[in-house]
Amino acid sequence: MSRYVPKCKAEKADERKSKICETIEEAIERSGLKDGMTISFHHAFRGGDKVLNMVMNIIAGLGIKDLTVASSSLASVHDEILEHIKSGVVTQIYTSGLRSKLGEAISHGIMEKPVQVHSHGGRVHLLQSGELKIDVAFIGVPCIDEYGNATGSKGRSQCGSLGYAMSDVDYAKYVIALSETLEPYPNAPASISQDKVDSIVLVDAVGDPSKIGEGATRMTTNPKELLLARRTARVIENSGYFKNGYSLQTGTGGSSLATTIFLSEIMEKKNIKASFGLGGITGTFVYMLKRGQIDKLLDVQSFDEFAAKSLGENPNHIEISANEYANPSSKGTAISQLDVCVLSALEVDVNFNVNVITGSKGILRGASGGHCDTAAESKLSIIVAPLTRGRIPTIRSRVHTIITPGDTVDVLVTDQGIAVHPRNVELKKRLKKAGLTIVDIEDLHKRAIELCGQPQKIKHTDKVVAQIRYRDGSIIDEVYQLAE
Amino acid sequence: MKLRRSMLFVPGANTAMVCNAYVYKPDTVMFDLEDSVALAEKDSARLMVYHALKHFAYQDVETAVRVNPLDSPYGHLDIEAAVRGGVDIIRLPKTDTIDDILDMQSVIEKVERKIGTTKKTQLLAAIESALGVVNAVDIARCSSRLMGIALGAEDYVRDIRTQRTKEGTELAAARAQILLAARAAKIQAFDSVFSDVRDKEGFVSEVKKIKNLGFDGKSLVNPNQIYMLHDIYAPTQKEIDWAFEVIEAAEHAKKNGLGVISIDGRMVDAPIIARAERTIYLARTSGMIGEDDE
Repeated sequence: MSRYVPKCKAEKADERKSKICETIEEAIERSGLKDGMTISFHHAFRGGDKVLNMVMNIIAGLGIKDLTVASSSLASVHDEILEHIKSGVVTQIYTSGLRSKLGEAISHGIMEKPVQVHSHGGRVHLLQSGELKIDVAFIGVPCIDEYGNATGSKGRSQCGSLGYAMSDVDYAKYVIALSETLEPYPNAPASISQDKVDSIVLVDAVGDPSKIGEGATRMTTNPKELLLARRTARVIENSGYFKNGYSLQTGTGGSSLATTIFLSEIMEKKNIKASFGLGGITGTFVYMLKRGQIDKLLDVQSFDEFAAKSLGENPNHIEISANEYANPSSKGTAISQLDVCVLSALEVDVNFNVNVITGSKGILRGASGGHCDTAAESKLSIIVAPLTRGRIPTIRSRVHTIITPGDTVDVLVTDQGIAVHPRNVELKKRLKKAGLTIVDIEDLHKRAIELCGQPQKIKHTDKVVAQIRYRDGSIIDEVYQLAE
Repeated sequence: MKLRRSMLFVPGANTAMVCNAYVYKPDTVMFDLEDSVALAEKDSARLMVYHALKHFAYQDVETAVRVNPLDSPYGHLDIEAAVRGGVDIIRLPKTDTIDDILDMQSVIEKVERKIGTTKKTQLLAAIESALGVVNAVDIARCSSRLMGIALGAEDYVRDIRTQRTKEGTELAAARAQILLAARAAKIQAFDSVFSDVRDKEGFVSEVKKIKNLGFDGKSLVNPNQIYMLHDIYAPTQKEIDWAFEVIEAAEHAKKNGLGVISIDGRMVDAPIIARAERTIYLARTSGMIGEDDE
């Protein structure tokens, strides 16, 4: 009898090469990273991220050029990339967000190739469709074992969910995990498991714990934010979706947090419980989970330390990947099960289109995030914004940049009236019956212009500095270089 | 009588507040040119408040201006700016006697004649001293322009040599006197500000107390207090249902020429119908009942 001889030779544990590299340089060498390739990062450490700058400086030192940096988002802490753009190390960027000096420099045309601005769901779609091919993914993780089982719910730089990294590693050819804490094997439960990780490097710090959740849990005392929040909670209460077992996503920022708190009060009064809370998870959601007002939390990103801690402790607080969260080409997203989402806006136009990426001067200073994803798939999408910010009207005849198409928006809540998208006839009736002031969006626009005057047109050149990719990958809008 | 539960103080020199106060929809926006404005800003505040009064955003809300005393260098200028701006109510800073009202009234009348307006500016007297409280009955009846009297608690407690407490014992006599004086003169009565904006519980308990005493409303220092106050003044669902029932029965009786109406065996007469109408008015203004359709 002839015996089958397997081609793959079994490696005994003591013969196997360790995944742990002494230095980042060694890991990069093992990965085979070279000019023209694509590298990725995730943004779970938010403003406290130390990984991207650390890795980019080493790559620059190695003389590697012409890289595409695909980070799930970029914060102001990442302004250091500017130097690498100037020196030719970075020639292309994929990201959800751009801010600060980097956003300003790109708006003024520092890059030849336009930045590709994607949504959180849209990024996974680009990975799946093959447009975005990650050669090497650098993932910062708060703790890991020697074989690559990593999690964000423990460790000094505890960041909670690693949802964005979870999808990146699924598609990356080579994965380098950077961590500051080595746990005994097996580090379970793991968000990123050993079969996805090629190399591991231990570094001093992957994040700055004081900045990871900075500002997110602040409960506002600003009267206008509270007014918007109270009004938004009333819209949800009277929308027809507010019943036992409903689900919601409210995001971060002053008004959103306050909306959640007001909603929690109404839920208590009316004895209504939610089936799940989704998205970026905050301490307020955790509080509601603990009080039994929400059954489950689905967490793609933990916005503060309370959320990060709860993810590690509470079995009903569940980590989900960006793919599971919002990829339109996945086999099933969490947002498709979502009833209500509350979203912010830099500008909204009379067709309900929303801009969350460019500011009033046309400079890139925001993030696409899950905005267009949740608006498209939730049953009720509510945009919340003040009618004016200082002397800048928020409601425009046309937004400078479209991130979320108006056809996917249901309600706009402002401090000077609520506008309902004309297709929602029943919803409008319900809100009016509840005593809420419903106005035409054209009237809100007129009022904003009467208060602030007609803004001057932003002068720009013909050069495209950023392309806005809708969640299905199509180019929905373009941002032009500002005229000097 | 106009609903005046919330009178929001807006410091006249605070640009952001002057620009935004109307969005919070208090029953009355009260621009202050007196205590909250530093001497160096008296002129600029007056000018800003004048422009705010003229602005379209303030045409849908009742406005008041608290002016500086007539014996200060600013009082006359404040009144002229406010009346020219078209203010609804002038709030006197400190009213001890009827002469304070009559003096102010004559200055207002002069300005009104000078600019040829037919609008009759109303007056609100702030009673802030023992003398004012003692004279409250006369003050409340001395002018047809007077729409209400208000308690100014900080100066009052200083005058009677005590201090503010959470329980408000020190204000009991003044509150009772002011309320009765106002009711006897058929004008409105307003309670003093609650300055600790962080103390929600204290605020709520004070509002419940002054509502039960019979006050029409209260001066407020922060927009966040408006909703809490309106919530307390809002009728309950049970009261609204009852009011609708009364109105329906009254309409039915009128249509069918019936003299006496009764609901559940209890007689419903004119004061009860008036109370029901007021409940529905309050519910509508509080946003508790809306339109069925466009």
